[in-house]
Amino acid sequence: MEKLTFRHRTAKPLPGTKAQAITGVVASGNLEVLMERSLAPDECTVEIDTAINGYGPVWEAVVSDFVARRQPGGLRITINDGGARPDTVTLRLLQGARLMEAV
Amino acid sequence: MADWRVQRKARDARIERGRAHAEGKVVSASAVVDLLEAVLLPGDRVCLEGDNQKQADCLARGLSACDPARVHDLHMVQSGIVLPEHLDIFEQGIARRLDYSYSGPQGARIARMLYGGQIALGAVHTYLELFARYFIDLTPNVALIAGVSADRDGNLYTGPNTEDTPTVVEATAFKNGVVIAQVNAIVDRVPRVDIPGDRVDFVVEADRPFYVEPLFTRDPAAVTETQILMAMMAIKGIYAEYGIRRLNHGIGFGTAAIELLLPTFAERLGLKGKIATHWALNPHPSLIPAIESGWVEQIHCFGSEVGMDRYIRERPDVFFTGSDGSLRSNRAFCQTAGLYACDLFIGSTLQIDLQGNSSTVTTNRVAGFGGAPNMGSDPHGRRHPSDPWMKAGEEAGGTGDPALRRGRKLVVQLVETFGDKLVPAFVERLDALELARKLDLELAPVMVYADDVTHIVTEEGIANLLLCRTLDEREQAIRGVAGYTDVGRGRDNATVESLRARKIIRRPEDLGIDPLDADRSLLAARSIKDLVHWSGGLYEPPAKFRNW
Repeated sequence: MEKLTFRHRTAKPLPGTKAQAITGVVASGNLEVLMERSLAPDECTVEIDTAINGYGPVWEAVVSDFVARRQPGGLRITINDGGARPDTVTLRLLQGARLMEAV
Repeated sequence: MADWRVQRKARDARIERGRAHAEGKVVSASAVVDLLEAVLLPGDRVCLEGDNQKQADCLARGLSACDPARVHDLHMVQSGIVLPEHLDIFEQGIARRLDYSYSGPQGARIARMLYGGQIALGAVHTYLELFARYFIDLTPNVALIAGVSADRDGNLYTGPNTEDTPTVVEATAFKNGVVIAQVNAIVDRVPRVDIPGDRVDFVVEADRPFYVEPLFTRDPAAVTETQILMAMMAIKGIYAEYGIRRLNHGIGFGTAAIELLLPTFAERLGLKGKIATHWALNPHPSLIPAIESGWVEQIHCFGSEVGMDRYIRERPDVFFTGSDGSLRSNRAFCQTAGLYACDLFIGSTLQIDLQGNSSTVTTNRVAGFGGAPNMGSDPHGRRHPSDPWMKAGEEAGGTGDPALRRGRKLVVQLVETFGDKLVPAFVERLDALELARKLDLELAPVMVYADDVTHIVTEEGIANLLLCRTLDEREQAIRGVAGYTDVGRGRDNATVESLRARKIIRRPEDLGIDPLDADRSLLAARSIKDLVHWSGGLYEPPAKFRNW
C-alpha cells in the first residue's frame, strides 16, 4: 500500500453544480474515483490509496496531465486503486469530471 | 552402376516391417509402439503433427513410449510444440534435434531445455518458412499425422482442422517417406477425401479423439474500455482512411474489439462494404455479429475453431467448405493468402523498441511466432496494385522515380502501453536480444522488424511510421504514443507536437473520437452467450467459455 497526495492550482473552476460523483470500482486492475466539490475554485487535490508501490512519478504525470486538460478547480478527488493501468486512471478521471459537469 | 533407388528401397523396407503390426494399412491403438519401433530408424527426420490447434496426440504418446535403445536421435521438424510429449522425447533421448515454429504452452520448458542442452535447436521458423524447408532441406522421413476418419485404403478425412496436414503429407509421401495417420474412427466411406489413400501408409485407430486447442475464442465480457478506444481509432484512423477490405487479424482482445465494433461503431460511420470484407482468418467467434450483419463476403481459414463447426456449415457463402459441408482449412495456403492477398495485418505484441522492432519472446520463454512474421511483413514479391497498398507506398515516399515506387502492406501493432501487471510494452531494448545472447543464437527472435511495421496504435493515439523521414522522427513518433511508460515520458514534447501537426501522430480527438464514448455498450456482443444468440444457436462454445 502507498498513499500519495497531489495539490494543484487551476486557472478556472470545473463547470457544473454537482456536489459529488463516483466512478469505477475497486477491483484488480481497476480503481474507484470519488470527486467532491469542496475546495476553493482554483484548487484541486488528488489523494491516492494504491495497492502497488513505486509508481509515484507515473501518478504525478497522469494527475498533472488530467489537471491541465480539464482544469478541475474546486474538486477534492479521492482514489482507491486496485493496480489500474495509467490509461484506466485517466479514463476514470475524465468520466468523473464529466459527471461533475452535470447541472 | 549407380543405384538411384536407395531411398525408395529403404521406404519399402520400412513399410514391410510395419505391415507385421497391421492388418493391411490398419493398426490398432495397442500396436502403435510396435509400429513406430518397426518403421523408425535412429537419426530419422520426423514430423509429429503438432499444428497450431490439432495434435496427433495418440502417436505422440506412442513415440514417447518407444524404447530409446531402438528409436533415438530423431530430428523433429514440426510447426507446433504443444503437448508435454513433444518435449518428453528429448528428455528420453528419443529425439535430439528440433526445428519448429510455435510453442505457446511449452515456451518456458523449451527455454529450460535449451539452456540445459537437452535440445539441439536448428531454428525457430515462421510456418511458411518451415513448410518451405520440408521441400528443400528438412524433408521428413516419417510423418505422424492426425485426421477425423479414414477408410481401410487410407483415404483420410481431416475434418474442419485440415491445417498443416496436406503440406506435411505432400513433402513426405512424394519423397520416399512413410505417412502414418491417427484417426478417431475407421469408416467404410469417409465424408470427403482430404488426403488420398495412396499417400497414407498406415492408419491407427486412436484410443481417443485427437486434441484441439480453442485458441481463437475471446470472451467479449473481458474486452476493456481501453481496447474499445483503440479499436475505434484503428477503424476510423486506419481501416477507413486506407479503405482496407482485405485483411488478417491477430488473436488478441484488441482485434476482437474491432470485430465486435464493425456492426455498431463502423456501421454508423457508413463503412459497411467499404472495409473488412475479405479475410484470411481463423473462424473467430467474435466475428459472428459482423458476418450476421452482412459485413463479410468471404473468409479463408488457417484452421478451425472449437464450437464453430455447425455455424460454418450453415454459412457456405462465407467460408470455404467441402462437398460434405464442413470447413476446409489449410495453413500453408492461408498463410500465403495473408502474405500476398491482404493489404493489412493487425496484431498485438509484448514488447516494442524505440525503432519499432517487436517481439513476444521474453528471457525465459521461447514461444516462437507461428505466422505473425509472415502476416506482419511487406511481401517484396507482390505485383498487384490495390488502393490501400498504393496509398501506403506513396506515404512511405522514398527517392527515385515515383513511377517505379512499389506499394506497401500495412502492418499495424495494436498495443496497450502497459501489459499485465503494469509491465511496459515499450522498451529501450527487446528482451529477445538478451535471450539470444544467453542461448548463443545467431539470430535474435524478432517477431516484426521495424522496417515492416507501418503503424502503432495505443490508447494514446496512432503513430504512422510511414510518414517519418528520419530515425529521430520515428523514435519520437513511437515515444509519442507510448503513454506513461518510461519510453513515453522520455519524449521531446515539441517534436511530438510537430509530428502531430504533420498527422504522423494522431490523438483520439484528432480523429473526432471522444475517449468517453469508448463504452462496452458499443460492442455488438458483450458475452459468449450474446455470440450464441447472434449465431442463431449454431455456435456451440466449449464448456470453459460457458457461464450460464
